[in-house]
Parts: sequence; C-alpha cells; structure tokens
Amino acid sequence: MASRGIRDRVAIVGMGCTPFGELWDKSTDDLLTDATTECARSAGIALGDVDAFWLGTMGSGQSGLTLSKPLKIDYKPVTRVENFCATGSEAFRNACYAVASGAYDVAMAVGVEKLKDSGYSGLTGIRQVGDGTNAGLSSPAVFSLLVPAYAHKYGVDPEELKAVMTRIAFKNHQNGAVNPRAQFRSGVSMEKIASSPLVAGQLGVFDCSGVSDGAAAVVVCRTEDASRYTDSPLYVKGLSFVAGPAAGIIDPEYDYTSFEEVVRSAADAYRQAGITDPRSQLAMAEVHDCFTPTELVLMEDLGFAERGTAWKEVLAGTFDRDGELPVNPDGGLKSFGHPIGASGLRMLFECWLQLRRKAPSERQIATVADPGRTLGLTHNLGGGPGECVSFVGVVGSEPTD
Amino acid sequence: MASGIVSWATYLPYWRLERASIGVAFGTTPGRGTRAVASYDEDTTTLGVEAARRALQPAGVPVPDDLFFSTPDPAYLDKTNASTIHAALGLPPSTGAYDLCGSVRSGWAAMRLAALEGERHASIAVVSDLRTGLAGGAEESQGGDGAAAFVFAPEGAVAEVLGHASVTHEFLDRWRVPGDSASRQWEDRFGEEALVPLGRAAFSGALADAGLTVDEIDHLVVAGLHARAVGTLRKTLGVAPQRVATDYTSLIGNLGAAQAATGLAEVLERAGPDQAVVVLGVGDGADAVVFRTTPALVGVQEARRREGMMEVAASVDQGRRDLPYAVYLTWRGHLRREPPRRPDPERPDAPAMRRNEGWKFGFGASRCLECGFVHLPPTRVCLSCRSVDHMEPQRLAGVRGTVATFTVDRLAFSLSPPMVGAVIDFDGGGRYRGEMTDVDPEALAIGTRVEMTFRRFYSAQGVHNYFWKARPVSDRIDDRGEQVGGVVPAEVGGGEGG
Repeated sequence: MASRGIRDRVAIVGMGCTPFGELWDKSTDDLLTDATTECARSAGIALGDVDAFWLGTMGSGQSGLTLSKPLKIDYKPVTRVENFCATGSEAFRNACYAVASGAYDVAMAVGVEKLKDSGYSGLTGIRQVGDGTNAGLSSPAVFSLLVPAYAHKYGVDPEELKAVMTRIAFKNHQNGAVNPRAQFRSGVSMEKIASSPLVAGQLGVFDCSGVSDGAAAVVVCRTEDASRYTDSPLYVKGLSFVAGPAAGIIDPEYDYTSFEEVVRSAADAYRQAGITDPRSQLAMAEVHDCFTPTELVLMEDLGFAERGTAWKEVLAGTFDRDGELPVNPDGGLKSFGHPIGASGLRMLFECWLQLRRKAPSERQIATVADPGRTLGLTHNLGGGPGECVSFVGVVGSEPTD
Repeated sequence: MASGIVSWATYLPYWRLERASIGVAFGTTPGRGTRAVASYDEDTTTLGVEAARRALQPAGVPVPDDLFFSTPDPAYLDKTNASTIHAALGLPPSTGAYDLCGSVRSGWAAMRLAALEGERHASIAVVSDLRTGLAGGAEESQGGDGAAAFVFAPEGAVAEVLGHASVTHEFLDRWRVPGDSASRQWEDRFGEEALVPLGRAAFSGALADAGLTVDEIDHLVVAGLHARAVGTLRKTLGVAPQRVATDYTSLIGNLGAAQAATGLAEVLERAGPDQAVVVLGVGDGADAVVFRTTPALVGVQEARRREGMMEVAASVDQGRRDLPYAVYLTWRGHLRREPPRRPDPERPDAPAMRRNEGWKFGFGASRCLECGFVHLPPTRVCLSCRSVDHMEPQRLAGVRGTVATFTVDRLAFSLSPPMVGAVIDFDGGGRYRGEMTDVDPEALAIGTRVEMTFRRFYSAQGVHNYFWKARPVSDRIDDRGEQVGGVVPAEVGGGEGG
C-alpha cells in the first residue's frame, strides 16, 4: 500500500480563467460558461470533445447539473466535488486520475464560486448548527491564532511580526497590480496595510484575502495524447491531498505554528514528483495565502524556509516575484479574492502561464529562464490551524528524462 | 446532628454599571454608586448555575435529591429551567428539578421547599434575578443582578430553622406583564405604607414561632425591592443597628428574588456559632425565618476561606466598572445595535443537544481508558492510540486551564462584539478552542489561567443556546491553586459527564 502518484502520465493541454472580482453582472452560469469556453478554445477542442467533467464548488450549486445545465452538456458524467478551500484542486486531481486510469481520454475540471450575492462580509459556512457548541470564531480569527503562537515560539517581537505580515500582503498586492485577472489591480502601500482596521487579533483588513466571484477550468489528457492539442503542455508531477484527524484542536502538543496536513501532503507530493529541495527546484509556488500569517507558516511547512526563519526570508524578499523563489506571482488570494471552488485552478492557471513563458513580459518570472527551472507548485488549505485539509500539486513544463 | 443549611454560595456577575453614566446619558442628575449587571451572555439560569456550582463544590456537600429554582425572569416558560441547571451541575437523573417562577416572592418558596425537603434528604434552592426597568428609571438604576444557592440536608447543618411566619395581602406595588422587558412600580409611599405593617407582623410571628425575643437576635437581614419599606423596617424593629446586616445595594443594587438569600449568605460568612439569624422579606406580603447557627459553622467557614471561596463582602467590591450605559442597554435589549454583516445564528437542534447533553451542558470530555488522552468534545475513537469505544466520561467544567493562544474576533457574530477566542489546555489533559467572556482582551496573554463558566451564547427562534466559555480566574483564587499544590478541585460528584 502506497501513494504512488501519476508522475508524467497526465498532461494539461488547455486552461481558462475568468477575471476575479465583485462580478455583480455575472451569474454562476455565466462564470462557468466563460471559464469552460476559454478553456476549450485554449485546447483547440469543443466542449463536446470532453468525455467527463469534474465540477468543484463549495456552495454555488449542487450536483453535476450545476455544470451540465448551463453548458447543455450532452449526457456526460459530471461529478460535483467539495473539499473546503481545496475544492478546485480536488476537481483537478480527480480529473487527472480519470484520464490516467484510461477510463476517459479527455477530462475537464472546472471550479466556480459565486460569493458576492450573499451580501455578507467574509465567507459564510454551510449550516452546521448541531448541538450549538461549535465556537463561532470567524476564519480570520481562527488563522490569527497563528500570530501570537509564532511570535511566542520564535521570540519574534509582535510589531516585527506585524511588519512581516504587512510585507506579505504588500508583495501579493504588488504582484496582483500587474495582473489583469486580479480582483485588486493596484498596489497598496505598507503604511495603508499596516494601519488597516483590525478584523481579528493582529489581522487587519489587508491581512485577509478578499471575497470575490470567479471560475477557472483545465483540460487534461494522457501525456501520449497531449500533442494532439498543444505543443506546450504541462505535465502533472505530483498530486497529494490529505485530510487530517483534526488533532491540533484537541491535542495540547500542537503549538499553532504549523499545519501538519500541509507538511504531510507536501512530503507526499515531493516524493511523487522527485523533489528533494523545493526551494531550489521550484520555479514558483502558488500557495494558499488566505491570511498573511498563513503564507508565513506555509513557507516553512512547504520546505521553502527552515523552521522559525520564514519571517526573515519574507523581509529579505526571498519570495518576491523577482526573488529566489517567487511565491504567488499572480497576486495570490490576496489580490484575487477567494472564490473557493475556483482558487485552486486559478493557481494552476498561473503555472500554465509562467512555466510555459506565456505570462506578459512585465510579470513573467525570471526563474524559468534563469536558472531554467521547470516546476511549479500549487497549494490549498481548507479549514484552519489544527484541523484542515491540504492539497499540494506539482506540475512541470518538461517530461522527466 | 442537625438538619438545615449545609452549604451556600452567591454569584455576582463581573460587570458593574456606574449609576452616574445613566444621568450623563440623559442629561439628568447623575446617580451614585453602581449596580451589578449580568453580562450579555448571562440570564437567570446561568447566574443560578454559577451560584449552585459554588455551593456544591466544597468537599462533603451531599449530592442533592431535589433542586428548586426560582426567578421572576425565567429564560423559558413551559420548559423547566431547573433542568438546565441540573444538567450544568452534572447532577444524577434521579435528582428532581423544579421551577418556582414568576413573582419575586417565589424565591422564598424555593428556600422553604428546600428547607422542608432538606429534613429528609439533601436539597438545593437556587434563586436568581436579573432586574430590569425602563431606561432612566429607578427600577433600572436601583436593581441588581445575581444569584444565591443554599443546600439543605438532614445532617451537618451550619444553621437550623427555628421558626417561620408569613403574611399575605393583595395590592399593586411592583409588576411586569409576561414578555415585558422592564418592571414598573406604583407610587413609592403607597407601597411603604402597605408593606411595613406586614413586615412587622411576619417578624414578630417568626420570633414567636422560634420562641425568641428581639433582644436575642444576633443578625437581622431585611430584604425587599421596596427600598423605603426595607429601610424603615431595618430601623424600627428594635434590633440594634450593629446587628442589622450591611446594606450593599449602593454597590450592587437590589438583587430582587436573590436579595434575601444573598443577605443570609453574607451573615453566615461572618456569624459565630449558636447565633440567631432572622431573615425578613417584604413584597406582596412578608416572610420571616429564624435560623440558629450551629458549632459546625466555624469549621465550614474556615474550610471555605482555605478554599478561597468568594464571599459576599468581597465580591460586592469587585467587578468591571467601565461598562458604557449604551452597551448595558444593548445587553438588555433596550437598544438595537447594528450587527456585523454576518448571517444570524440558527437555533441548535434538539436531538443533537439531547445526544450531547453531557458535553453541551456539563462540559464533559471523554478520557481514553487505554492511554488517558482527554478528548473535547468527547469522541469514540482515541486520537492518541486509536482505540475505539474505550472511553470514560470526564467532567471538565470545574477544571482550570491555561491559554495556549488567543484572538479578538471583530467579524464573528456576537451579541457584544468583539468575540474573544482562545485555545485552552486543561490541567490534567484536554484542549479546547472556544470563546472567552468576562475578559479584558488587553490583559489576555499566552499563559493566562482560566476557568469555565456556563453561559447563554445566543438565542435564535426562541431557543437559548447554552454552553461553556472560559474566563480568567482572579489572581486571588488562583493563589489558592498554588497553595494546594496545583491540585484541581473536584466538582460535585455523581453524573460526571452526564
């Protein structure tokens, strides 16, 4: 029994991604139509050429009808999946396995979320009242628990840590400012970020990702068929998804400075992909920066920085778009907002552009050309510190020798 | 061995409202002193739980066979509130639980019933009140919120009942229509004229029943919401002023149904053995009871001080005094504040609450019998050793803990934003992430010591969602833990984990 992975057996041959934002004029159906149309065109196929669909959405619809009805899909399998904030990546993962197994030749994964119609601030969960004993902490509050714990463990001055969080938000907004698909397309000054009204703990408004609408889609096939659709596919190197036992929230050993689920899924994905030193081997990483301290901790959990040092690396610019390892070069959740079902595929879309050197020159990362790295990572985390699901995927522009 | 009171406790909430703040808000002459204020997450049931937990906590206090709960402001009608208290105390199913709700005077009925039943088996009376009035009025500024609990038992009494008398008359002095959020009162002097003679009659009747003369009274407590009548009786019954119990209403307000019991508690905390204590209450009539303390009182007083139990005289002086009047009005539902832009909470599900009674109402965890790992909430599969269905229930409501990390949540729904959240590690095992209350976020830190308190989280569609929150333990009480070597005090036995 082992997690063997499907390294290089599946290729990405087309992608589409809508602009993300407060899309008051777009319905869920519109977003699905926009993303899948762009995606099919990218692969040079018609929607009818797709043999099976995976639809990821947290709450913008139920069942495969959510996709088949607006797109008028002709009696094909459509599987709706949900896995918290990893929902889009989960749709992608299952579509990859479908073609890898040989069950289907061409599969499409679509992720969508229409959040802005609710009229609420932040994300609102699905009704889970039960006996009424679940603590009603909001998502920013749950993730803000990382901040005093990290400061305490590593002896970082709280004000310095706030500066680190500010730096993360600043970097991601800088990246998003030059990305036409981002929700927020202007840079934000450090002063404005640092002085934004507090939402939870030390998290100000600008330490939180936005709430937006959006959709993205990807077409996959077996690697041997990729040339039918494109001469520059991406290859799936590793796919790992884990759900933990939610140990941290009941285990006093857990210290709120790490996501064990991320550590485990990263190790699994790296092993599948043959990665031994992610910091030097990856050209880029798209990570789940739902809140600035999340990205900080992820830099250590994903192996980009030693324990207790990510805060220094952030300040040193290691993860800037022109840094040693660009993290969230598209602007991340910070600039895109977080339409749950779409986010994982939006991250993959950035790999699709950057690793194939198709990003606009003003924001094309340098690590692809020099030192010629070919791998990109996408990561999602759903839940919160102590109880979460985690996805880590690695894709690359070159087949392994 | 004598039957009578074997244990008692009171609970005054954390908050105080400066009466001056009311005058400032209305541009009228500011009042003096403070009143005790139940927090936004407290009601008469939770106030009662806090008092009853303390009364049952000392070692040797018997598990009551009956629980009588009285309040003029019940959280529920039709549904028994005493059963919520019963569950929060972790009492065994064989303990009866009854409400005596409605009038302020019902508090006397709970005490009398518990005293009568206490001659046969242990019984607890819990009296609780949350006084309200129209904004700017005397009912609002002079009232106070609090609760008291008395355990009666056939043996080991610290005070026996020597005599009793009641007088009843029908007249309109103070009233509230069900559903109203404020009490009203007729003209002050009318009530005084009606009540004072009734008080005298009950007082002399109880003395005669006990076979005592006025000179033999060591302590007199006079209680009642009618301040003028109470004041007149305190001065004119012939009891020397130094033997009349201190009037704390300027600091905490008038506790209504809980006032007489709180006054008795205060006396028991400083009385000597073999002393006569008279408690007189006026309201829609008058009631008087004569107690005689026993030699057992001295040992119980010493044990309570050793355990650091909060005494009335000390608790009246405590509390946060920076409660803005507008916040107070919001808590009482007299002012509608803009909520966060978040969905309203939904009512909890009755079957889930019933399945999880031990957890929800008793804060009962499960401890693995194989490896000892403590799970909050209780689970069937052990996180540590993965053994299945090899757990024992363990009640953690009375166990203290330490803050591992914390946050102030300005986005989450709360009846009084911001919500304060914390991760708590309990002494002896068990971690829980939940809400804090009665806390100054500025003073919260990793390592802060906390204890659990039973609260009403919110009400939705007429259902009150009760559960436990953590609050900082006062330094004084925490010192006790150090003195006894950090040993966790056991809570009442029986029904652990429900």
